[in-house]
Amino acid sequence: MRERGQREVFCGLTGIVWLHRKIQDAFFLVVGSRTCAHLIQSAAGVMIFAEPRFATAIIEERDLAGLADANEELDRVVARLLERRPDIRLLFLVGSCPSEVIKLDLSRAAQRLSRRIHPDVRVLNYSGSGIETTFTQGEDACLAALVPEMPAEPAGAAPSLLVVGALAEVVEDQMRRLFDAMGIARVHFLPPRRANELAPVGPNTLMLLAQPFLADTARALAGRGARRLPAPFPLGVEGTTMWLRAAAEAFGVDPTRFAAATAAGEARARGAVARHRERLAGRKIFFFPDSQLEVPLARFLSRELDMELAEVGSPYLHREHLAEELAMLPEGTALSEGQHLDRQLDRCRDARPDLVVCGLGLANPLEAEGMATKWSIELVFTPIQGYDQAGDLAALFSRPLLRRAKLEV
Amino acid sequence: MKLAVWTYEGPPHVGAMRVATAMQGLHYVLHAPQGDTYADLLFTMIERRDRRPPVTYTTFQARDLGGDTAELFKTAAREAVERFRPEALLVGASCTAELIQDDPGGLARALGLPIPVVAVELPSYQKKENWGAAETFYQLVRAMAGPSVPPPGTARAPRAPGRAPRCNILGPTALGFRHRDDLREVRALLARLGVDVAVVAPEGATPADLARLGEADFNVVLYPETAGLAAAWLARNFAQPATKTVPIGVGATRDFIAEVAALAGLDAAPLLGEETSRLPWYSRSVDSTYLTGKRVFIFGDATHAIAAARVATEELGLEVVLLGTYSREFARDIRDAAARLGCAALVTDDYLEVEEKVAELRPELVLGTQMERHVAKKHGIPCAVISAPVHVQDFPARFSPQMGFEGANVLFDTWVHPLMMGLEEHLVAMFRDDFEFNDTAPSHLGHAAAAAPAPAPAALATAAAATDAVAWAPDAERELQRIPFFVRGKARRNTEAFARERGLSNITVEALYDAKAHYAR
Repeated sequence: MRERGQREVFCGLTGIVWLHRKIQDAFFLVVGSRTCAHLIQSAAGVMIFAEPRFATAIIEERDLAGLADANEELDRVVARLLERRPDIRLLFLVGSCPSEVIKLDLSRAAQRLSRRIHPDVRVLNYSGSGIETTFTQGEDACLAALVPEMPAEPAGAAPSLLVVGALAEVVEDQMRRLFDAMGIARVHFLPPRRANELAPVGPNTLMLLAQPFLADTARALAGRGARRLPAPFPLGVEGTTMWLRAAAEAFGVDPTRFAAATAAGEARARGAVARHRERLAGRKIFFFPDSQLEVPLARFLSRELDMELAEVGSPYLHREHLAEELAMLPEGTALSEGQHLDRQLDRCRDARPDLVVCGLGLANPLEAEGMATKWSIELVFTPIQGYDQAGDLAALFSRPLLRRAKLEV
Repeated sequence: MKLAVWTYEGPPHVGAMRVATAMQGLHYVLHAPQGDTYADLLFTMIERRDRRPPVTYTTFQARDLGGDTAELFKTAAREAVERFRPEALLVGASCTAELIQDDPGGLARALGLPIPVVAVELPSYQKKENWGAAETFYQLVRAMAGPSVPPPGTARAPRAPGRAPRCNILGPTALGFRHRDDLREVRALLARLGVDVAVVAPEGATPADLARLGEADFNVVLYPETAGLAAAWLARNFAQPATKTVPIGVGATRDFIAEVAALAGLDAAPLLGEETSRLPWYSRSVDSTYLTGKRVFIFGDATHAIAAARVATEELGLEVVLLGTYSREFARDIRDAAARLGCAALVTDDYLEVEEKVAELRPELVLGTQMERHVAKKHGIPCAVISAPVHVQDFPARFSPQMGFEGANVLFDTWVHPLMMGLEEHLVAMFRDDFEFNDTAPSHLGHAAAAAPAPAPAALATAAAATDAVAWAPDAERELQRIPFFVRGKARRNTEAFARERGLSNITVEALYDAKAHYAR
């Protein structure tokens, strides 16, 4: 089902909230309005920052009236910023709805700043505007902007594996150990932890997507010769095993060696997930669209925790990247792409789900109506991929139900 | 363009949302791109409201821009009225929609809806959140109460004998800093005085309530930033006087009671006779002596900043080193208040400028907004929050007004808490090498002593510029470290100024103490 109407989702600028923690010497400068600045500080400003790594160049009346040369203004703002933060090595100019609507050419600005004005600082650009990107698509746009900066892999290089998508550090380390145990030695991650640690890419690069929202990044990497390994996403025991196996098969890892490398993690994860099945099995879950993680999550919850899927909403369904996932969903699952918020709320109330996965704009109001909710943004901020997080992932969904059972007032 | 690390106010449509969300029976249709629904979270998460704000967004996307965004708006407005059946509809545009110029007001009127439509023009690239709230409230009041405005020159009918005086309370909105509890505290004061409350608005009011605003004898304006415009209109059209004093602090509360009593024709003496704040005694008790002359930096919206300056000086005995605001509309009030106190004034919405001032003045306490907490953390200065913008922790469950006598109790506790307590302050100054108690963090706040914050590049640059070729001799530098941390910054600055004035190129221990004697208060 495709729907159009009011969409209660974040714009891509929100990606900055986790990306600025991931790439530690990068700075994100949004070129936009006061609304954009307000969005980011409302999301991240509860933390107290001695030195935040994001800011907004707020467009003013005189920029719109053409009284000020937008490019000169931008150069001035960037100069002030870099003078304040000489430690920045990578600066992202992030486009917003206002900058896109007035057609401010940030890619040329980025080139100009990089080459002429601040040769020590790499300046890149991407759009996080709401009119073009939904929530996690901001990460996609950011990583796609990094792809042209990746060094070229020499022609005859041995095959290497590139894991694409921002992962928690602990997850990254676990994955690296698993690939090591299988004998896959050349493993890189995108994004890297520091701007100057970009992985090489070339025709011998095999990429494994760790996140389902990376359409543009995957396309850009394919443009550099990299080949995508089709796989479901590494959520839950099954998803993780299949994801790892996709790499193992591509690298010709012996099945016994693969089994030896994964057996312990898999067994541990099964045990951890099982503890939550009792609370979740048979319960009905409803997903509002948010991050594009909905389909893999629904697959995990239905197959490994026996939950019933009332509706799986996603802001965007990338059918090619989700092919393996969609094949694993129970037949007849109600899928919706896009949103008409009020109608979807009507369907949600009618379905009387036991748990609703939704954004924070809806969560408390639905709780007040008596529905248990799991706020979806947390799924982007929490380590959930891989074997050793499978139990934690299940816990994210069982915790709201446990809490409701516990509270007596 | 303007570099904004943090912004003190949101865009003006967020101000309009604060008014719409505070009210009942009003719906707001906002022409805005996908993503602007983030603003719902301000209400459902930061303020923890239990229902969605009454706002429908058109959430247009790039593909809609080629097509008919005006049609999208009309559909959204029609559907919102059918579904939510409000008494009145507010329509407007966010910053991006302002650029595509669809004219929500005209479009909504063309729909021929069965309810009043109020269009608000909020210039997003010039104005900000509080202005948006004030303008929206004013437009709503004008639209609803306008029809009952008496002909010009009509005298106000005298109050019927035996009827208690009645006032409206204007200003509390959604997402207001402590508006919930201020309202309860002020209502209690008015009840004890014998004044009835006709309408509270925007918080809790319906459009029909706004139509009745003219019936009250006078208006109590709690937050001039949001209600000033509407109160001025009501004064012009209904000859309703309005209060000028904002009852934050003991002195201001007493003045407020006297002002309300005068407007209501009542005797304030009985209520003023029963002092119910503990602040005066707490502040007089000897435990508070060490607060005398502590240097405080105050920044916030104009109302809270001016009120805080009065409490700080008259009620706690602190010394205000700077009084500032981001409310440009009230720049003059801030400058006047600063002139009376003999301190610096600062009117800016540039966070970096505020930060530079803090670095320069090295206060011992910062009273500010959530943004000043970032500044204070960076410079290792104690800080308390006195004004919006605030985050979730400043919408507490417990009763925590800023206004009235109970509000004064809250202020005393909140402001003194981040300061190092007296005994520890003495001992840290006497014995500097203690492994547990040292001068980086007060122990009652429970943190393990952290290493002194590394000066940030910007601070270093400022310091280098200020030093201006005056060098510290090593023994003088060591002596400087013996000065308690919270006044050390000021001592450094004064000594360097003293040395420059006298043309000294090298600061010795002698020069340090000469400067100390020179600046002794």
